Formats: sequence, C-alpha cells, structure tokens
Amino acid sequence: MRIDCDIHPGLEGTRATLLPYLDAHWQEQVTSRGIDGLDLTSYPTTMPLSCRPDWRPQRGKPGSNFALLKAQALDGLGASYAICNVLYGAQAAFDPYLAAAFCRAINDWIAAEWLAREPRLRASIVVPMQAPDLAVEEIERLAGDRRFVAVLVLVQGETLLGRRHFWPVYAAAERHRLPIAVHSGSQYRTAPSSIGWPSYRLEYYIAEAQAHQAQLLSLILEGVFGKFPGLKVVMMESGVSWLPAFMWRANKTWKGVRVEVPWVDRPPADIMRDHVRLTTQPFDAPPAQADVERLIEQIGSERMLLYASDYPHWQFDGDCAIPQGFPASLVTRMCRDNPLETFARLEAPA
Amino acid sequence: MADVLERADAPGAAAVTAQDKLKVIDCDIHPSLHARADLYPFLAKRWQHHLETYGGHLRTPFTSTTPYPRSSPLLARRDAWPPSGGPPGSNLAFMRQQHLDPINIEFGMLQVLDLLVVSQQNQEFGSALQRAINDWQLECWSRPEPRLKPSILVSQDHVEAAVAEIERCAATGNYVQVNISPRANEPLGRRRYWPLYAAAQAANLPLGIHVGGYGGHAPTGGGWPSYYNEEHHSNAHSMAAQLTSLIIEGVPERFPRLKFVFIEGGFGWVPAISWRMDKHWQRFRDEVPHVRRPPSETVRERFWFTTQPIEEPEHAGDLRAVIEWIGVDRLLFSSDYPHWDYDDAHSAFKIPLTDAERRKIFNGNARAVYALG
Amino acid sequence: MVRHVVATTSEIAPGGNKVVTVAGREIVVFHVNGEFFALRNRCPHEGAPLAKAACVAHLKSDEPGRFQRSRVGEMLRCAWHGWEFDMRTGQSFCDPLRVRARAYAVAVEAGETLAKGPYVAETFPVTVEERYVLIDI
Repeated sequence: MRIDCDIHPGLEGTRATLLPYLDAHWQEQVTSRGIDGLDLTSYPTTMPLSCRPDWRPQRGKPGSNFALLKAQALDGLGASYAICNVLYGAQAAFDPYLAAAFCRAINDWIAAEWLAREPRLRASIVVPMQAPDLAVEEIERLAGDRRFVAVLVLVQGETLLGRRHFWPVYAAAERHRLPIAVHSGSQYRTAPSSIGWPSYRLEYYIAEAQAHQAQLLSLILEGVFGKFPGLKVVMMESGVSWLPAFMWRANKTWKGVRVEVPWVDRPPADIMRDHVRLTTQPFDAPPAQADVERLIEQIGSERMLLYASDYPHWQFDGDCAIPQGFPASLVTRMCRDNPLETFARLEAPA
Repeated sequence: MADVLERADAPGAAAVTAQDKLKVIDCDIHPSLHARADLYPFLAKRWQHHLETYGGHLRTPFTSTTPYPRSSPLLARRDAWPPSGGPPGSNLAFMRQQHLDPINIEFGMLQVLDLLVVSQQNQEFGSALQRAINDWQLECWSRPEPRLKPSILVSQDHVEAAVAEIERCAATGNYVQVNISPRANEPLGRRRYWPLYAAAQAANLPLGIHVGGYGGHAPTGGGWPSYYNEEHHSNAHSMAAQLTSLIIEGVPERFPRLKFVFIEGGFGWVPAISWRMDKHWQRFRDEVPHVRRPPSETVRERFWFTTQPIEEPEHAGDLRAVIEWIGVDRLLFSSDYPHWDYDDAHSAFKIPLTDAERRKIFNGNARAVYALG
Repeated sequence: MVRHVVATTSEIAPGGNKVVTVAGREIVVFHVNGEFFALRNRCPHEGAPLAKAACVAHLKSDEPGRFQRSRVGEMLRCAWHGWEFDMRTGQSFCDPLRVRARAYAVAVEAGETLAKGPYVAETFPVTVEERYVLIDI
C-alpha cells in the first residue's frame, strides 16, 4: 500500500471552476467585478517547478485534468490513496468573508468533482486563517465528511501559527482528529524571510524551509501540543533534510531559556517526534547514499516521514517518488503505517 | 531519571591537553563601551548632542532595550561583569584576565554591537557613529592590546557612506574585515549592496556578517515570534537565507576575491541549505542563468562559518558528520565572549578532534582567511 | 569521606554563597531557605562557575501563560547558558539527553569531556553543627 500524502489538483479559475459553488452574492461579485486569478505567487503555474513537463495538460492549469491526474498520480505512481491539497489562493485573500466563501467553494468543488468520482482520493479542508472563527466554522461544516482527512494552511501567513488566536482552530481539528497540514506557500503579508524580499523565485522557494522551521518553533514554544495533545502537524513540501540540525538547535535554545516557556516540559525534539510529520517530496538529499542513511538516523524516528509525490510539481523524474537511499523498513512505514497513524480518518480496508 | 551518568572529568588535571597548548584565534569577541562618553573623543559635538537627546533610532519598539528580552542582563555571562565596574566587555584588563590569557588567545576579532550602527535609521547619525566606533576599536582596544583586531563596521543601508568608511579604515592597514548585518533593508545579494562588496574586495578584506540588527522585517517569514527562544533561533535562519541570497544573486562570481565569514550563526544548518540550494537550482536554472555552478561548490570555496553557538546534537558524535559535510576547512572557532551563550575553547567541542583538525578550527583557518601571517 | 568545615553559619547571607577549595576541588556553598547546599563550582555543560548562577525559583507550568513557582531560590540558572540545576540534588532540570537504544560508538580522549547525560552538577552532603557548616568529601 502506498498513500500519497500530498498531491495538487489544479483549479482553473474562480469563474471557470468555483462559480457554481459560490452563493448568489459572491457569484455576482465575481462576475460583475471580475474577481479572478487567485493563483498563488508562490506557484506561478507556468514555471517548471509547478508542473513536470510530461504531466502538463495540453490545455488548462497543472493538475486540473481529472483523467490525467488519475492516470499519472494514482495509476502511474502507484497510489492507493492520495490526499488533495488545493493551493488556489483563497487562503491569501485579505477580505475574510471572501476568503471564507472561496474556501467553502474550493472544498465543495473538491468533494463534488474529485472525491466523489475517485474513491482513492482524500482531501485537506482549505480554511480561511485570516479569520480563525470562520476557519473553525468550515472545519465543523465538513467534519462529518470523512473524505476530508486534514486541515490545510500555508506556511507563511500573517501571524505565526502557534499564536493563541489560532487555538480554536486546533481545538476543532483535534476534536475531529484532523491533523494540520502546513504547506509551503505564502500569504505574502510580510517578507518571506527575515532578510527581506528576494529577487528570484528560486530564493523564495529555498526560504520556505526556514519558514517551516519558524512555524514549528512557534507551535512548540507557544505550547500548542501541550494544549492539544491529540493534535498532529504535517509539514508539507518542506525539504526535510534541515530537520536534525533544527531539532538540535531548538533543544539547545530551550535548555537555556526554558524559563520563558515553562509549559514546554520536554525537549522540543521529543515533542516533534510525537506530533510532527513531514512529507518526503521534495527531499533535499545529501549526494552520497551513506549520508542519506546518517541523516535519517539523526532524525531519530521512523515515524516522522510520510510518503508524498507532490504531484504535479516537478521534484523528481520517472515514476518513483521515493527518495533514493531510504532504508527499506522506513519506506514501508512511510508509505503505509505513518500516513495511517497521522491521518486518523483515513481508514485503509482490512 | 534513573539512568544518571556521571561525566568523565579530569579535575585539576594531569597532562596538559592539546587544547591547552594551542594558541587560539577567536573570531568573535564583543568589546563594549563603558559609557557613551567613551565615544566622544571620536564623535563631533553635534553628534554627541544628538546621541544624548534623540539617541539611536531603530525599527524596534523600545529605546533602551532589545525587542525580545534576553536570557540574562545585557546578553552577558553573569560572571563577566568587571569587578571594578562597567558592563561586560568594557574593561580590557578584565577581558585579558578572564578570557584572552586563560584561553591562550593569539588573536581576537572584534565585533561591536553597541549602538547598533548597522541599523540606525538616521543615516547621517549612523555614519558618524560608525566612524567613531571604528576609531574607538582601534584606539581603545587594538592599540593597547595588539591581540585584538578591529573590524570595519558599516551601516550597509547607507551604501555611499559605507563605501567611504571602508576606504578610510582600510587605508590604515589595521582592520581585518568589513562588518555588516544580516538584517538589512534588503537581502544582501541585492544589487544596491554591490558597491560595498567592490570596496571590500578592493581593500582585500573579507566580508564578516555578524548576526543582529533590525532591518525592518519580522524575524520569520510568517510574522513576529512571541519569544526570545524563537528570535534567538531565527538568527540561524537569517544566515541560511543570506547564504542563499548572496549565491543566487551571483555575488561570489561578481567579486571573485571576496571571502564571506558568517559570524555567530553556528554551522549546523549549513549542510541542509547547501543540499537544498543544489537541488532546486537544477529546476530553476533558466531563472538564474548567471549561477553556473552548483551552489554548494561556492559554499565550499568562499564561505566560512564561526563555530559559536556550537551545535549540540542529541548524540554528540553526530557533530562529526556535520563537520565532514561542511568541511573542516570552513570552520573558525569563536567564543562570543562575553555573551551568555559563550563557547569555551576547551569544552565546546564534545567530540574528539585530531590535532590537525584542532589546529585548523582554532587557528589555521582563521589565520588564512584573515591573512594574519 | 572526610568532613571539612567550610564556613560559619553567619558568614553566608541568605541568598548568598561562598566559594571554598576543599581537597583540591572548588566548592560553592549556598545558603537558601534556611538550608545550606554545596556543589562543585563547575557547570557540567561547559565549565561555568555555578557560584555566579542566578538563584531562582523552581518554575513549572501546566498551561501557557501560567507560571507556577516553588522552592524560591533553590534552582541555579547557570551563569552562561542558563541551564537549570536543582541545588539540592544537582540534577539538571531539562534532562537534556536520554540514553538511546541504538548503539553508538564514540571514543573518549584523555582530558576531553563528552556529552553523556543527563547532566548532573556534583553535590556534597552538608551538615550544620552549632555555628559551623560542614561538607563531606
């Protein structure tokens, strides 16, 4: 069994795709004001990373063709299940009500046109973190639909994810056994890194790894996992290989300044091993296979990694999305056991 | 809690260890002003008045303290307050007694954080301050104590003044590097800073990038952290981002003789960012055609990293892998004296080092980078 | 074990400490909450003098934003990296390392210290006889 924890069905556009899923007010806003084009700056659809050439549809946005996605992501890559994470920019809108309406529409679209048509597909609930109470409403609205297995947020928002005003979202997610999927991508509220605004998309993309780390620090040090012991967080499309050095530094700092955050009652690395998971594409690997093995050992847990293809993003060539050099025991765990443990609502047949 | 293990310790000591015999080059020592007036011999009256009235103007909420409260008063070791008075790092005699002599320091590179020259919003004031601080380093620290080497501190966002200051100080032949902040208005690879790199290269001085500064951006790409725990860790992230910016913008190629020293960021993060740059550069090559080689090759040739704060893997031996991945030639020992997360030259490295490695990390690498002869 | 006099009871003010050298070892004696505690004056992490540590409350929390203090002054926050040690037992608060199941080959060099853990600051039993503070070494 192979569970692909991160694929990206593509959304053609607001008018082209979401209109039927918006209410009358938003339909009128969209059509009369020309509201469209919410593709994220983080992923311009035409750049090479956004779509592997042999996966790019003749017409339409990457991942937007259902038949192609089935043939390529599911059959081609051998996925027993795949979790859909839609990156259309409702999450980045400023108007909280527009964001909420568009998130609802995205979720309804995914359910109707993807999940209903293909039993191997699951999805993350896209939520408007601009207004945490509205995000909670959306979680509650869809909690009964077990095809939704996670809550999707972008790794770069306006405020760090550990902050108190987000806690109702985590309470709802924990209640419904939904992990939080923190995916690369930015709301572009602040510079995508502490050093300012990058010139190149390559720079921006590389900086996402640091954004994932900052979010983990926030979640851990603000005490989210103590407060919500059933909560898991999945870092998606993060690069992964930064993890051991990050754990060590997080531990080191906490040991010295624990007095600031005494509710963090064990080393951050231990908290991560219990609560944090990472999808494996891309995997920013050391060149030598022996070093891949050393790095995996340094992570100190075979439960943290989750198999993913990141389809249709161009992270690898060929039809095997498993990073080279991963030990066989880890591969088995990350393709089946870890995803099943993490996405509690994803029940595999006996 | 049951498995308490005693540390193997050698009290009062038998044989003199290899570390004891080695002369250490410490690439990060922080002298501080005893009082503002220490700067006055080097500061025009107009700016003395400005300092006393309007003071520094930084992009932070508070006039008299850092935005995130530190681990200890003035960021310092609690035992580093000179008995005769003044803040940690302000008394040369005490610095000799507590640090330079016992650690067998051959040379120490000065890094001045007082008044945060690098981040002053009032650019004229910043220029005046930087001249004064650079003069003060030389006259009050380096001349009386030749082991201590001054750095040319410049306010990188006022590029013209920075270039002038580099030229002024470099002409004396006394300074060992140009110093800028990793938290500037824009990523350091951006074109507006290139004249600064040209000046450093022309002066044959390495570019030292020391953590700190307030560039007007949140310490993370997702907003402002609540805790010092987070902010302190974010220094490593800023360094990784700056490494990326400099390489992706082609700065090493454009300035082929320039050496880059990353100071006080530690080094554990270096391997993963090198692998990440290499991997994704392959996918974005047509966006950045000027980057002609895998970025990791440039890291291995042109970048150095001071060792403090030393990484503390859960299994100490894992540090060996990190050193191999970076290359022992890239590491420059630093203590960060007198700051709280100081690394002691004798006990910071918790893995055995060969004599050759020890000589490189604690002396030879820095000797070469800083052309100390 | 030999018993050594290290101070008189009135010599160390409450909240203060005294550093003595006994049997070739530098010892710091603390006076807090009516009791005396003695530790090796050397943090097991990187060797900082524990005499210069901040003496603070034992601090824990069961809820973000809540700060539960006890045994005020009996915890040492090391003068350098801020590691916390219980003055009474020498035990480090954070328990930084666990013994792991997997085998890991590391060599120990003479004169070098190696990070095994958990870290413990060495303590010495203290008795008070009339006016005198004594420790057993």
